[in-house]
This record gives sequence, C-alpha cells and structure tokens, in this order.
Amino acid sequence: MDALLLAEQGLNGLQLGVMLFLMAAGLTLVFGIMDLINLAHGSFYMVGAYLTAALVPVLGGFLPALAVAVLLTALLGLVVEAVALRTLYRRDHLDQVLATFGLILFFNELIRILFGPVPIFLNPPAALAGTVDLWGLTYPAFRLAILAVGLAVALGLWLLIARTRVGMLIRAGATNREMVMALGVDVRLLFGLVFALGCGLAGLAGAMAGPVLAVQVGMGEQILILTFVVIVIGGIGSIRGAFAGALLVGVVDTLGRALLPASFRLVMDSASANAAGAAAASMAIYVLMALVLAVRPKGLFPVG
Amino acid sequence: MTCLAVTRSLLAVTSAVALLASAPVLADPLKVGMITTLSGPGAGLGIDIRDGFALAVGHLGGKLGGQDTQIVEADDQQKPDVAVGLANRMVERDRVNVVTGIVWSNLALAMMPTLAAGQTLFVSPNAGPSQLAGAQCNPYFFNVAYQNDTIHEAMGKHVQDAGFKKVYLLAPNYPAGKDSLAGFKRYYKGAVAGEVYTQVGQLDYAAELAQVKAAAPDAVFAFYPGGMGINFIKQYEQAGLKAAAPLFGPGFSFDQDILAAVGDAALGAKNSAQWSPDLATPANAKFVTDFKAKFNRLPSMYAAQGYDAALLIDAAVKGVNGDLKDKDKLRAAMKAAKFDGLRGTFRLNSNQFPIQNIYLREVVKGADGAVTNKLAGTVFSDHADAYAKDCAMK
Repeated sequence: MDALLLAEQGLNGLQLGVMLFLMAAGLTLVFGIMDLINLAHGSFYMVGAYLTAALVPVLGGFLPALAVAVLLTALLGLVVEAVALRTLYRRDHLDQVLATFGLILFFNELIRILFGPVPIFLNPPAALAGTVDLWGLTYPAFRLAILAVGLAVALGLWLLIARTRVGMLIRAGATNREMVMALGVDVRLLFGLVFALGCGLAGLAGAMAGPVLAVQVGMGEQILILTFVVIVIGGIGSIRGAFAGALLVGVVDTLGRALLPASFRLVMDSASANAAGAAAASMAIYVLMALVLAVRPKGLFPVG
Repeated sequence: MTCLAVTRSLLAVTSAVALLASAPVLADPLKVGMITTLSGPGAGLGIDIRDGFALAVGHLGGKLGGQDTQIVEADDQQKPDVAVGLANRMVERDRVNVVTGIVWSNLALAMMPTLAAGQTLFVSPNAGPSQLAGAQCNPYFFNVAYQNDTIHEAMGKHVQDAGFKKVYLLAPNYPAGKDSLAGFKRYYKGAVAGEVYTQVGQLDYAAELAQVKAAAPDAVFAFYPGGMGINFIKQYEQAGLKAAAPLFGPGFSFDQDILAAVGDAALGAKNSAQWSPDLATPANAKFVTDFKAKFNRLPSMYAAQGYDAALLIDAAVKGVNGDLKDKDKLRAAMKAAKFDGLRGTFRLNSNQFPIQNIYLREVVKGADGAVTNKLAGTVFSDHADAYAKDCAMK
C-alpha cells in the first residue's frame, strides 16, 4: 500500500471520527451532567436527517435546510426534556433506559407515519457533490466539509466549556451536581439547555450524515452503538474523551477495514483471508474498547 | 456497555409483549404466518413484501384458494434469534398452515429446522440461499423468487459478454453475500481486481472505496441490498468513481427502495433481476398500477415477490380443494402448482426453486421524473440454479 493511499485512509478515518464525535459529544454531555442515559439520542440524529431532507426542497438549499433542521431538533430536545425526561432524573438508570427506549419506538413510528417506510432522498449540495484534489489525492468534497464542521464544533465546544460561564457551570455540574444545586444555580434551566445542545449536535450529525448515508427509519440505532463505544472509550461525561475516543474509533475502524484483509492474505489463501479479514475488521473497535478498558477501566479521560 | 445489554433484554421483553397481543383462534380458515422485517434498517424490504402479498390477497377477494385467509403478522427485526422464536410460535401456538415473508437468507436458514420439524410449509418470497437449494434442500421449503446465485450469475454473464477484463467485487459478509460473488464468478471469467466482504449493515465505505480506486478496475460489481445499497451508491458517486469504472450489481442493489433515495447517482447502472416494473405480462401491468394506487409508491421487486408468494399459496390450496388437514397433500399440491404470476407462467424445479428468465435492467429516469428500472434485454431464458443437482428431492 503506497503512501498516498495510506494518507487517504487516514483522512477517511479522521472523517468518520469527527462524524462520531458530533454524536458522542451530545450523548456524553447529557450523561455526564444530567446523569441520564439517553438511548433516544439516535432518534434526534434521525430527526435531524429527515428534517434536512424535507426542508431542502422547501428552503431551496442545503445550508438553510441544515440550519433550520438543527434548530428544530434542538427545540424538539427542549420539549422532550420538559415533557418526558424531567421526571426521570431521580429514577435509576434502568427506568431511564426503559423510558428512552420507548422514545426510540415512538420516534421511529412517528417518522414512518410522516415519511413512509422507504428511505428518502438527500444529496449533498451541488457545490460539494464532486471531488477535490488534495496534492494528488482525489477526495470527496462533502467528506472534507464533514471534517471541517466536526473540527469547528469541537473547537466551539471547547471554547464554550472552557471559556464561558455556562461552560463553567456545565463542568461544575459534571463534577458535583449537588454542590451546584446547593449554590443556587437554576439546574432545571441548565439541564434543559444542555439537553437541547446535545440534541442539536445529534441533529447536526444527522444532517451532515444524510447526504452520505441512507436517510431511513432506524438509522439512529445503527450509529448509537458506535457512539456508546466512543464514550465508553473516552470516559463517560468527558468531551475531550469523546473527541479522543471518536477519532480513535474512526481511525481504527477504517484502517482495520483497509489493512486487515490484506495482511491476512499474507498468511492464508485469499478466500479464507477475505472472510477472516472482514470478520476481524468488524471486531477491531470492540477489541480496542476491551484493551482501553483493561488498562483504564473508566476510559481515557475519566470525569469525577 | 451494561446499557446495551439492558437494551437487548428490553427488546426481548417488548417483542414478548407484542406477541401476547395478537391472533385469536378462528374456526378453520387458511392461516398464513407473515414473518418479515418490519422495523429497523431492513424494514423497507419487509414492508414491500407484506404489502405486495396483501395486494394479491385483495385481488383474490380476501381468499387464497377460495378459503377464508387469516394473516398473522410478526416482525423478525432482521434478527435470526427473533425469527426462530417467531417460527416456533407460528408452529406451536398460531398453528399456521404456511409461513412466508422472510427477507434474509441467514434468518431463513435459522428458521428452517423449526418449520420442518413442525411440518409447516415455508414459502420464501425472497431468501434463496444455496444451502436450501442444494444438499440441504427441504421438502417444506419453497422459493417463489429466485435462488440467490442466479441473479448474480446473470450479471457475471453480462459483464463477461460486455468485454470487461478486470472487475472489483464487493458484498456483505453473510450467506447471501458469499452466494452473490460465487454466482458472479461462475459466469465471469476475467481477472478479479479485488474481492471484499464488508460488515452487514455497514454505514461508511470510504475505506473500501479508496482500495477500489487504488486497484483501478475497469468495472465494479457490488451486492448491497437495502440501506447498505443507498450508502454504497451515494458514496461511490461522491468518490468520483462512477466516471472511472461503471458500477454493476444484482437487482437488489438498484431496486425501487434504493432508487428513490439515491436519485440520479444510480442513473445508467445495469443490473439483473427476474422481474421489472415494465415486464410485459397482463398480471404485471395491473400489479404495478394497483400497487401505486394503493400504497402511493412504486413497487420494488420485493413487492412483486410478495405478490407471487400469495399466488403460489393460492394455487396450492386450490390444488387440495381447500382441504388443509393433510399436510403432505398440501405440500404435493404446492410442488405441482401451476399459475400465471407477474413473470408469466410459474415453474418450480425439483428443488422447489423457480426455473425462470433473468433479465438485464437499466436505471433510467421515467417520464414522470421518477428514477426507475427499464428492461434492457434477457440474459438467461428458463434458467435453473446450479445447486438443484445436489438436491435429493425429485
């Protein structure tokens, strides 16, 4: 494998990583600060993708559709938090899992009723539909856009959390929630905002993934499992951990798929190497998770 | 990860509750168990099969073979363990005469022992794994759609005849994926630039597409049904590969469920199937029009297969004059069934898989702007699968 191909695969890995980060950031924030396991996080991802797809013909462009879809998804998050989740904070995790699993079924069925069972159409905007030439490497323009948006969000989140008053409260809430409440902070408002932020990020991830992936009912659950792997590796509740975990998972998954079948071919015949390589590649991230947890049981960047 | 474990057990509880809520026992109607994928990413396929089946039952006045027909619907969630549980329930509790609906080969293989032990007819409207066509063929298994390999064989023959010399092959890593590439290579004799199996349900194909580009093939053959196909075709075009190497595939990779979601990205792609929306049989024209009118979308090949599954059951029940008590007689009647389906006169081979034409189709933009398939030739006439000779049934 030559250097150019390796560079392309590295870029692919980073791009998948930032995609996962958009999802993981919201999930880990909600868990770390609100101590809420939100299985329905993937539903907001799906809602973001569907809203974008539905709004492109109405608003006449991908960018305005994306902006409105992200906003609407965040608003939906606010509503769901107030209506369905607020009473669950004091309950144990199993109740939360049950309730948010119910939300998954609810949203899947709702989307099926509204948009039908068949996957719907969403393409990248014309300006980003082609490929760009990066020093001899032909790369899909939209994937570069995902990379850029993901990195911008990572930077924005870092600024928000490290440099603002809200961020300070979020950090304090993640470390010691009772103390923050005792100091008279309006925790209800803070939780609502954090949840809406998480949902907005999931919606953004959905909107950015829509042109690359199938926009279909159940798309949220497919990515949710990977997202849980990311936040467990990164350390639950840590944005920095989510970033590191997401990039690690993205790169390991991509390079595993790129390199493992080829390296298996060196030691066995090609038919069994193809099958064994594919199987090993699909296990790679779970092996990574097991290794990380064996060395650091609370993840790479444990909180609290 | 405990929460994932919890999710799994919750899923089990939810499906158990769903099971409790259905199906009262009636006097003596024909009972059809519709086990198919109604939730999750594969749901589009299962829903099309169910709707196609329902349309046929409607066309037959709600009666298959003149018998009152009760359909017991269940969602297999595309999970083999769930499918086996449902098969068990259909045999033990619902006591259905026929099970149909199955989409996925791995699920069909898992369900087969239960249904055979319960002497329940299993009519597959889609899954046609090589195992059940060959050495492990089963008197209770009927396939009304195709044997998996045959569709891919047709594409192999077309790519070979069209003069391509260096083809890159991709498929998901499951029984139908293996059958796919084996079938393609049975008729394609040129060089294989690469042969890659990907994870079932994979979302991102960037790694594989980079390898394809580096191998510089002169054509690519990809078997990706359902959501995987949408992911793959979108990403194939975005990577700029469409101009470098034409993409070929079986009909599953370019069927109506996928075309609606990928749009122009699939235009011009050649694919193979036993059915096409413009196939000129009297039944087919009516099917396409009525399906569109009733469900407000274009039918896929899965919907057509669901329709034909109902016709096969109809013919079998007619063959025994509605006497459902004798299971062996019903089975013999199904084997001898003759009917005019959407593909013309339907014929079963000794292994209870169809002998039929396989067509070449091309993805085009229809007059109304919808992207759809159009017939572009016949690759095989009266084609039988390669495994029938290994089947002991006569």
